[in-house]
Amino acid sequence: MGMNLTLKVWRQKGPEDKGRMVTYRVEDVSPDMSFLEMLDVLNERLILEGDDPVAFDHDCREGICGMCGMVINGVAHGEQVATTTCQLHMRHFEDNAVITIEPWRAAPFPVVKDLVVDRSAFDRIIQAGGFVSVPAGSAPDAHSVPVKKVDADAAFDAATCIGCGACVAACPNGSASLFTAAKITHLSLLPQGQPERDSRAVAMVEQMDAEGFGGCTNTGECTAVCPKGIPLDTIARMNRDYLRAAK
Amino acid sequence: MKYTEGEPIRDTRAPEGPIEDRWEKRKFSAKLVNPANKRKLNIIVVGTGLAGGSAAATLGELGYNVKSFCYQDTPRRAHSIAAQGGINAAKNYRGDGDSIYRLFYDTVKGGDFRARESNVYRLAQVSVNIIDQAVAQGVPFAREYGGLLDTRSFGGAQVSRTFYARGQTGQQLLLGAYQALERQIAAGTVEMHTRHEMLDLIVSDGRARGVIVRDMVTGEIERHVADAVVLASGGYGNVFFLSTNAKGCNTTAIWRAHRRGAMFANPCYTQIHPTCIPVSGDYQSKLTLMSESLRNDGRVWVPVKAGDDRPVAQIPEEERDYYLERIYPAFGNLVPRDIASRAAKNVCDEGRGVGPGGLGVYLDFADAIRRLGRDAVEKKYGNLFEMYERITGEDPYTQPMRIYPAVHYTMGGLWVDYDLQSTIPGLFVIGEANFSDHGANRLGASALMQGLADGYFVLPTTIGDYLANGPYGEVDEEAVAQAEVAVREKIDRLLSNNGSRTADSYHRELGKIMWDYCGMERTEESLRKALERIPELREEFWKNVKVSGEADELNQALERAGRVADFFDLAELMCVDALHRTESCGGHFRAESQDADGEALRDDENFAYVAAWEYGEQGPVLHREDLDYEYVKMSQRSYK
Repeated sequence: MGMNLTLKVWRQKGPEDKGRMVTYRVEDVSPDMSFLEMLDVLNERLILEGDDPVAFDHDCREGICGMCGMVINGVAHGEQVATTTCQLHMRHFEDNAVITIEPWRAAPFPVVKDLVVDRSAFDRIIQAGGFVSVPAGSAPDAHSVPVKKVDADAAFDAATCIGCGACVAACPNGSASLFTAAKITHLSLLPQGQPERDSRAVAMVEQMDAEGFGGCTNTGECTAVCPKGIPLDTIARMNRDYLRAAK
Repeated sequence: MKYTEGEPIRDTRAPEGPIEDRWEKRKFSAKLVNPANKRKLNIIVVGTGLAGGSAAATLGELGYNVKSFCYQDTPRRAHSIAAQGGINAAKNYRGDGDSIYRLFYDTVKGGDFRARESNVYRLAQVSVNIIDQAVAQGVPFAREYGGLLDTRSFGGAQVSRTFYARGQTGQQLLLGAYQALERQIAAGTVEMHTRHEMLDLIVSDGRARGVIVRDMVTGEIERHVADAVVLASGGYGNVFFLSTNAKGCNTTAIWRAHRRGAMFANPCYTQIHPTCIPVSGDYQSKLTLMSESLRNDGRVWVPVKAGDDRPVAQIPEEERDYYLERIYPAFGNLVPRDIASRAAKNVCDEGRGVGPGGLGVYLDFADAIRRLGRDAVEKKYGNLFEMYERITGEDPYTQPMRIYPAVHYTMGGLWVDYDLQSTIPGLFVIGEANFSDHGANRLGASALMQGLADGYFVLPTTIGDYLANGPYGEVDEEAVAQAEVAVREKIDRLLSNNGSRTADSYHRELGKIMWDYCGMERTEESLRKALERIPELREEFWKNVKVSGEADELNQALERAGRVADFFDLAELMCVDALHRTESCGGHFRAESQDADGEALRDDENFAYVAAWEYGEQGPVLHREDLDYEYVKMSQRSYK
């Protein structure tokens, strides 16, 4: 037995267009469909009717590339915790539900079309210092520097950030602190990240501000919607590293 | 479709002499470009996965002017990111008898003796440098309490040489390459073009000199010229529509290069991965892999009796058939992928499959949880279990996973020599996009190894040799204009065709033809059927496909239609290749060629060659590259 749904979808031709919500009816949706597969079904119909299909970003559809992302019923990636939009399945919705679907909304993420936004600001934050400067071929043997398991594990937890931008979309200040802090934490927990630890923290924080992201006021919405559960205390670490460097 | 025979082809770049010295020799004989000249040389790299991302970053570090292109919104999304299990390296940190030679041996054997020895040996040599490089970048590999790197075992190997970062090894390695790439973008050596799709190759005076791309946001068709072009655009598994590839993965970049003269090698070699989540409905858009590493602790079984649909708990131990352990006692659940996949198909064909439609087998962790405890299992595989639960709504801690084989990787790709150069001078092909190294079957955890070996270590050396022999003069304006016109014409044709079916619906139908007739098992009859159906469906596609929207805007329907058009042509070549190779080898199983136990039967006398196909208006032309085995004696693979 399929489900019948009403979708209210944000449609916007391009960055200059004002945009509006448009209502669509989708019928006979299988509970085993993913959210994006449900939108595929809608789009197939729109193409045949000669309409413009709803543009949305997606790629791996297994929760790891970070390309998909929409605000579903007011929550970034929908209400299921620690789940990207592509991994959200229709069995979590009621029959005859009304579902609103909107793009990430934040000034540094301008809308490209419909649900597609421009997240290149994240790349520029990484460019500012989210790396270890080690040209190919110059590395010492991997076992020359042991790393405590607890540090390696904690670094890994921070490094699982997929760069989807849900943290920004959920934050009332439009802050990119969780994204930036995740990278700073990952690298500053490892011995390999130490030589550039100070300059990295300063440069990345400054770039984050220059892009127009807001400041952090410890609301915690970011970590609540994060599909990878990046912990809030990474932001404390970022602030400590930043202060340490500024001294 | 008829093919004709052409002249044999040879790799002339691999040096002679002892295999362990060949890469050293080639590095020394390769000409160098001095630093001042590097700044004047332009290189285009298409794709930003492990191969393309690491290549663009490394070429930038060396001082070349690099332009990098990807179709996603940022280079970090490339599908290498989804690789779960790990990366092989012959570090022998465990002291369990591993060596460069053993990794070389395992890879040649795992590839069913259809890969070049010189290339594979180099891959095994370079593997150790990759781990060093990744660790220095801060890739958070799993570690032991003593602070040293942890490893695990993988299919097709009896040593523990797979380095991993929980179930997200591809993600962590790709982010390492991505960060190196972003560092070069900041340094100004790499110019990044995201949301750009390559639609044709510019060949001028017989050399690859640039690409025609479409800006996927504005629709603008752009020309980019360079001194050399590197394709790192990944594999073509999406020709089957359902695969574990990302939705955007496509064959257009390599297929367009093939049309311009690059030979396509072994297109029929497809890897069907044994452990994927089964199909749940006809709306399904992709299949999700469950890492092979799960086979370290999970046990694969089906009921002994056909048609046994009792719940798991009611099936007593003696009525369960742990068929991999039974048939292959030496390797058990860790047999290579092609063997595990076919075994799953066989038990399902016998009516013993489980789940909807009987297309599934159990992967059971009950024993592992009893032996190691739930916490330990969760630590090792937690994210995979979570992913399974999200997709199926079932809890793998309390009931076995259901798995079934799915298309995962393509060993075939553009033909390259030892320098990774295609048959078009100046066109280099790396990573999954080329055909090298894996023969007819890739071992688990070897894709990440090959992508990074090509990008960080091999290509940056060999491309220098090509560039040092330049400059290659002005680019022929006529060639550029002609490529651009061809691209525009195709787009116009798709948009003006007011048909009644979507590109996706044709893609789905094409994929079904390929899965049914050119999938896990191929016969002369099935392939002939496919070769009849594909051209008919393609003709209908061009008459009846409907693409809405305009050329000069973000138009995802148009992007898809263009890719499907190229998949049709590739599908046909795959079937021609599969039909001509009447032997079974690795992932290519011809039902007519099997031994008494149903195992793949190679025909070394007639097929110990690489099939390199040249594009021809009158049908493909076959060029054979004979394979010689000086070190590893050709033998029937046995994992029993």
